[in-house]
Amino acid sequence: MPQTLFEKIWNAHVIAQEPDSPAVLYIDLHLVHEVTSPQAFEGLRARGLRVRRPDRTFATMDHGIPTTPRDLPIVDELAAKQIAQLEKNCAEFGVTLFGLNSAPHKMGIVHVIGPELGLTQPGMTIVCGDSHTSTHGAFGALAFGIGTSEVEMVLATQCLLQRKPKTMKVQIDGALRPGVTAKDIILALIARYGVGAGTGHVFEYKGEAIRRLSMEERMTICNMSIEGGARAGLIAPDDTTFQYIAGREYAPKGAAWDKALARWRMLPSDPDAVYDATISLDAGALEPMITFGTNPGMGIPITGRVPDPDEAPDPSARNALSKALTYMQLKPNQPVLGQPIDVVFIGSCTNSRITDLRQAAGVLKGRKINPRVRVLIVPGSAQVKRQAEAEGLDRIFKEAGAEWREAGCSMCIAMNGDQLAPGQYAVSTSNRNFEGRQGKGGRTFLASPLTAAASAVAGCVTDPRTLMP
Amino acid sequence: MNRFTTLTSKIVPLPIENVDTDQIIPARFLKVTDKKGLGDHLFADWRYDADGSPKPDFILNRPEMQGRQILLAGDNFGCGSSREHAPWALVGYGFRAVISTSFADIFRNNALKNGLLPVILDKDTHRHLFGIVEEDPNAILTIDLAEQTVTLPDGRRATFPIDHFSKTCLLNGVDEIGYVLNLRAHIEAFERAHEQPI
Ligand code: SF4
Repeated sequence: MPQTLFEKIWNAHVIAQEPDSPAVLYIDLHLVHEVTSPQAFEGLRARGLRVRRPDRTFATMDHGIPTTPRDLPIVDELAAKQIAQLEKNCAEFGVTLFGLNSAPHKMGIVHVIGPELGLTQPGMTIVCGDSHTSTHGAFGALAFGIGTSEVEMVLATQCLLQRKPKTMKVQIDGALRPGVTAKDIILALIARYGVGAGTGHVFEYKGEAIRRLSMEERMTICNMSIEGGARAGLIAPDDTTFQYIAGREYAPKGAAWDKALARWRMLPSDPDAVYDATISLDAGALEPMITFGTNPGMGIPITGRVPDPDEAPDPSARNALSKALTYMQLKPNQPVLGQPIDVVFIGSCTNSRITDLRQAAGVLKGRKINPRVRVLIVPGSAQVKRQAEAEGLDRIFKEAGAEWREAGCSMCIAMNGDQLAPGQYAVSTSNRNFEGRQGKGGRTFLASPLTAAASAVAGCVTDPRTLMP
Repeated sequence: MNRFTTLTSKIVPLPIENVDTDQIIPARFLKVTDKKGLGDHLFADWRYDADGSPKPDFILNRPEMQGRQILLAGDNFGCGSSREHAPWALVGYGFRAVISTSFADIFRNNALKNGLLPVILDKDTHRHLFGIVEEDPNAILTIDLAEQTVTLPDGRRATFPIDHFSKTCLLNGVDEIGYVLNLRAHIEAFERAHEQPI
């Protein structure tokens, strides 16, 4: 029977399946960070258990870590305690830690460093106590976020109990027009189908638009699968994937590489494989996208207008829209273009890789940021930071007037001191515009790095195409 | 884990769709290394003013809502992050069940592991229940997990879906990690057959 990519990975990892019970799924790679793991390690201690496969478990610190220079102390006592706890847990249980005092040159956002170090490989099952684990699906790995109880289970058993999700084909054809990016594809998809569209499903992104994307762009798309409600997002591995992985630190080498490659080439969905559902999008018709509301599905083309709650299809949609517009202090039918902003954040596991920074630098080069606007540029990892500096991007950012900071989640989740003040507006390249996500009372417009950079220059929400040659 | 069999309680209505985990428990409260005290921060930004005083118009702050164990919310409850702090906060506050028309996948899994029952009702019953609570804020609901039923104050009964495994675990307070630890032979056999190192 023809199989989808998802089914191939799933079937290869189910080690037990009793009737009426979830499958027991073997996990190849477990990524751990400081915020969702302390209670899991504590659970192991309480049961007197060890980590079953420390060689398949890797940890880093990203959510609470300051993005100020690394030689400064961590002033937030709670964050410092959480970070110290991770160090202690990794040392006690033999887990490799890319951390401040172990391997600071390999630190970064967990979903940026997994691929970067070659840990993320096609056909794997990958979990992390973080919903954006879906990012790793860009490599054709089944990757999804889990809760802390599940982190404990994977630490203890290297397995996870999982009900088999359904599959949804996401067909994306057409060629992107200039100024339109992978971020705009995923924002448009979620705006069209809603934040609950993928519930219970794994997305598989297919189509010529996807095939043309770089690995970094594919990661941006898979990253936000969770914002579409999907458990995970997948893209079949191809030569683009293999080229990205080849030579990375944890990638297979020599004969092992050849063997892996042969295995990976078998992964793509069979031509007549059947999906439980299909949705589609024409990438060629897209404009740069921006959100106006308080969930990632509340997005519009950047030249569009804020919808009118009175025209919403049903009462609950009307309520949701009115509530969002009240929080955002925006009026029905107003354009978002020209909306003054206070902060621009370029970073997060959605858009903090080297190609994202190159795009932002392309807009900022030779320009000055509007003096009213604070701009934080936060590379996704120490390696991204070093690469950007080797290319001179940091100079472009600093000359434009932006803050060039150390790697971490930063203002994506606003746990580390980088945050909006109440009432401030931000254009952000991150993935969530929930109320207060970037700081209590802060208001977020989600957009691409191009749009964020253009808005930084203008001091208001700006169409990046107006600043491009 | 806390067992769950039946629950009879008045209801806290929260007629909002897509309630995300950043609302349930904002990220700044995640800097903890244990599970304690999170109930105090449940819905913190909706519940408290900038100076930390309770906002009188938020539903949880109304005196008559105290001690209620059932939260009735809009569609797609618990979307957003994977933080298990969300069910920890709900349970810490005193909720034992959340009713909606759907739940985000990770939240649902996390809730089940903490003795918090996610009850999925069909759209009509869900709307009807909101109507009942609007008319009589003190209406009492009974949830019976073994029967998979919700008995509405007007006597109407509705069923809700839950998979057999989760139901058994909840009814008996069974620990899932123990279940998987017992499969050690399977795990070892799988590992022998799949030696690929990372
Ligand atoms: S960058 Fe944001 S979304 Fe990504 S892992 Fe960090 S907090 Fe989560």
